[in-house]
Amino acid sequence: MNRTKIAVIGGGPAGLAAAIEAKKAGTDSILVLERDRCLGGILNQCIHNGFGLHTFKEELTGPEYAQRFIDQAQELEIPCRLGTMVMSIAMAEDGSGDKIVTYLNREEGLVQLRAEAVILAMGCRERPRGALSIPGFRPAGIYTAGTAQKLVNINGFMPGRSVVILGSGDIGLIMARRMTLEGAKVQVVAELMPYSGGLKRNIVQCLDDFGIPLKLSHTVVDIEGKERVKAVTIARVDERSKPIPGTEERYECDTLLLSCGLLPENELTSALGAVISPVTRGPEVNESLETSVPGVFACGNVLHVHDLVDFVSQEAGQAGRNAARYVQGAAAKSSEGDIRVTAENGVRYTVPEIINPARMEDTVTLRFRVGAVYQNIYESVYLNGERILHRKKKIAAPGEMETIVLKKESFEQVKDLKSITVRLEEE
Amino acid sequence: MEKRELTCIGCPMGCQITVTLENGEVKSVEGNTCMKGDKYARAEVTNPVRVVTSSVPVRDGEIDQVSVKTAGDIPKGCIFDVMEALRGISLQAPVHIGDVVLADVCGTGVDITATKNVERKIV
Amino acid sequence: MLYDVIIIGAGVSGCAAARELSRYDLKILVAESAEDVCCGTSKANSAIVHAGYDAKPGTLMAKLNVEGNRMMDQVCRELDVPFDRIGSLVVCRSDEDRSVLEKLLEQGRQNGVPDLRIVGRDELKEMEPHITDETQWALYAPTGGIVCPFTLTAAYAENAAANGAEFMFDTRVERVIPSQSDAGRVFCLETSKGQLQARVVVNAAGLYADTIHNQVSSEKIHITPRRGSYNLMDKTAGSHVRHVIFPLPSSKGKGTLVTPTVHGNLLIGPTAVDIDDPEGTNTTAQELSAVVETSGKYIAGIPYRETITSFAGLRAHEDAHEFRIGEVKDCPGFVDCAGIESPGLTSAPAIGVMVAECAAGILNAEKKKDFDPVREGILDPKTLTPEAYRELISQEPSYGSIVCRCESVTEGEIIDAIRRTPGARSLDGVKRRTRAGMGRCQAGFCSPRVMEILSRELGVPLEEITKSGGESRIIVGRDKFIG
Repeated sequence: MNRTKIAVIGGGPAGLAAAIEAKKAGTDSILVLERDRCLGGILNQCIHNGFGLHTFKEELTGPEYAQRFIDQAQELEIPCRLGTMVMSIAMAEDGSGDKIVTYLNREEGLVQLRAEAVILAMGCRERPRGALSIPGFRPAGIYTAGTAQKLVNINGFMPGRSVVILGSGDIGLIMARRMTLEGAKVQVVAELMPYSGGLKRNIVQCLDDFGIPLKLSHTVVDIEGKERVKAVTIARVDERSKPIPGTEERYECDTLLLSCGLLPENELTSALGAVISPVTRGPEVNESLETSVPGVFACGNVLHVHDLVDFVSQEAGQAGRNAARYVQGAAAKSSEGDIRVTAENGVRYTVPEIINPARMEDTVTLRFRVGAVYQNIYESVYLNGERILHRKKKIAAPGEMETIVLKKESFEQVKDLKSITVRLEEE
Repeated sequence: MEKRELTCIGCPMGCQITVTLENGEVKSVEGNTCMKGDKYARAEVTNPVRVVTSSVPVRDGEIDQVSVKTAGDIPKGCIFDVMEALRGISLQAPVHIGDVVLADVCGTGVDITATKNVERKIV
Repeated sequence: MLYDVIIIGAGVSGCAAARELSRYDLKILVAESAEDVCCGTSKANSAIVHAGYDAKPGTLMAKLNVEGNRMMDQVCRELDVPFDRIGSLVVCRSDEDRSVLEKLLEQGRQNGVPDLRIVGRDELKEMEPHITDETQWALYAPTGGIVCPFTLTAAYAENAAANGAEFMFDTRVERVIPSQSDAGRVFCLETSKGQLQARVVVNAAGLYADTIHNQVSSEKIHITPRRGSYNLMDKTAGSHVRHVIFPLPSSKGKGTLVTPTVHGNLLIGPTAVDIDDPEGTNTTAQELSAVVETSGKYIAGIPYRETITSFAGLRAHEDAHEFRIGEVKDCPGFVDCAGIESPGLTSAPAIGVMVAECAAGILNAEKKKDFDPVREGILDPKTLTPEAYRELISQEPSYGSIVCRCESVTEGEIIDAIRRTPGARSLDGVKRRTRAGMGRCQAGFCSPRVMEILSRELGVPLEEITKSGGESRIIVGRDKFIG
């Protein structure tokens, strides 16, 4: 059987950064498995700029950002298998703690690979129409924004000429501009929530610049057209997101794009038996970004959906370093002293979900999202009920991931740690 | 006296900023809650600029399209002129990041450059 | 071109009839208005093999249901179709309703349904741990099952084609005109692809069967499109129930059921709403919420948030609620296969035989000696041993690239589906045959890739690739032409 120390599932921004950092941390045997025919993942179709401000202090396009990591991986001579789909990940039956990764490609066929550690970096997928229960016909012309993005930017095709967009996530906003630039008429962007999940910059530069209206608290209530989309009707919704009769507006169009949320792609993770968080839909991880299955780490959008790739790279780098420590035998194996982080009062979740101060490096980065738009709010962290962090935020919104860095010292000062709580407070 | 309404893009707050202009000169900036907003508003009313990104076909490459961008800011009013200038352009593989696709696009002094490597397809 | 038999409609009934007719020495054509087989009622239904206790004793519906159910094992074995006899349960919530179950039980016995019995709450709870607390009794029919309607229809068509039947698609029959010629009675069919002629016409036109019938007969029939909406859930939800679970039947049908599918998804539905449009397969918010509400009454904890798609199908409900199969009295040579609504899928094997015997009888046809009843399905390499899989890929590398990640469908399977006769010509055609695009991301990931494969295999430009034929093109053009 083929062997590697670390198998990285996915060669997008997360997988590449994880592999690079694992290599730099001294692990010589790493294999990246990528299903596409090139590295870079979703960044390849994100041809707009705005990537890398945190990492490189300049604004790059998606492909440029990806190339910097691809180049590094090549310089470090990290082997990658392209066109390769991982079919399953399972624990080796010999009790060694190794994982058996089964993958498939044209060149090697069906291969079983024995890995000491696995880094999950499979990314996420878009929520399809069916998951939104949008009534109406099911003609051609209904695409997720990401599929349309691929058709336009990778294949060079126009999926439609007259467009309605549901959902104001960043991909939807970016595609509103992209389709407009290529000559389509984007008539309206409808957003179910009373706020947009997209960046302000994208609302201004993708919608306002082109006079495309954004209708908050609206959803699609009907799709017409038996073969190709002919019209889409949207309506205002009440506080419970139910359409209000009498507020319908009908748009004749040939295309409906959906930008209604991303779902971490965790089928392999679930089948492996890792605990999945019902909130993030990603695996639960500890401060080392290790899942409930020892030696299996997760990072990027498969862990929880990010809005900035810079944070994906940071997180993935950390997963890579921890995986390296694991295969070098330097990681503590015991789960004694694990504390589950409580997310409450407006904090929907935290990643990691579990912190063990004994295993901590000098700091731990807690990432989380809030459940609504809050202004002039405090983000607070409590250890054993004692507040150790109290940070004012002028604004916190669900579309923007929040980050708190906690120091190991803060934990060392608390005796007999029992609880860690992250919450929003008005004062 | 002219008033212009803007949404600040500095942070998720999205402050609604009102800029008052007289003879093209900024007289006041109101509604912003930080200095970032002031700076953004002044630039946006006097000289709004954007980076345009798109993709163009590439012949004999491993893939069929290569992504491109204006290598710097161009005036916001030129966005569609730039898109028009790109229409009909196609490249021959290989193409590399930074290769100039179209020099001095629309007289802006800014080049269009490739943002992706596309190697020649091995036949 | 004069055919012995033209079958109008390539749904499951038409294709089953074609396959059974292809046992005879006859020149057969199936004319279908859509771009592929299985595009109407056959593609959007509950995918259930009913035991046969619902239909009124003595009706053709009852007879063909029970016969079809009995034949299903052999047909699915011969044609390589996924079929699983998981058993069905009709559940009720009160002791008063138990009498309805008794009635169904008695009806089933009269119809010849084997092994029916009523089970009480304790046994039921063991069989179905997620029944609601209110659910008390159930009629258990171990012969009930689930089948893949797409594969069944395509398999019937492929086997018919392998035995000489021809298929014409995008061919809408506008008018059937009976006439007398030197060679005897001949039907002239005016179609969107020109004129066709046949000695015998089989009317398996589904929702349009009344229109076609009424062109040749003075005894008019009327078919109402009766819409049923469904929610399909991810495979993560597929094991929520183990049997096909029905509520008590109503005047409009068997009610909203909850069932696993043969591919491991969870399906809930249908509603029953009479409409006018024979192509009105749109879902409505009202119907979709009705599906959720009704199913929740007898099954607890259905993970509705795992829904991956909603769809609606139309039952071809004939006023008398009875299958109309046989030669039309005032039009010799014209064979109806009309009013085929539930349990039409279950009955398809028996319907096929009955229609074929009728048509062959009219033509005094002889059975062929070389009829081959076996059709090999599209190879799913996941079913192979690792060694055999490796060997396959070394022969045919396309089995080494996964195109649909959700359902793990390889390029090899998609190529196979396209190259068959009749083969897939659209994204939906590929989806129904291989499940590429049927999974949780609903084709978001694989459709650009499947389009490329279709374009290459069919030799048509990408711009011409459709979702489901006609004007359902996926793209409207290239954004920038190579200058």
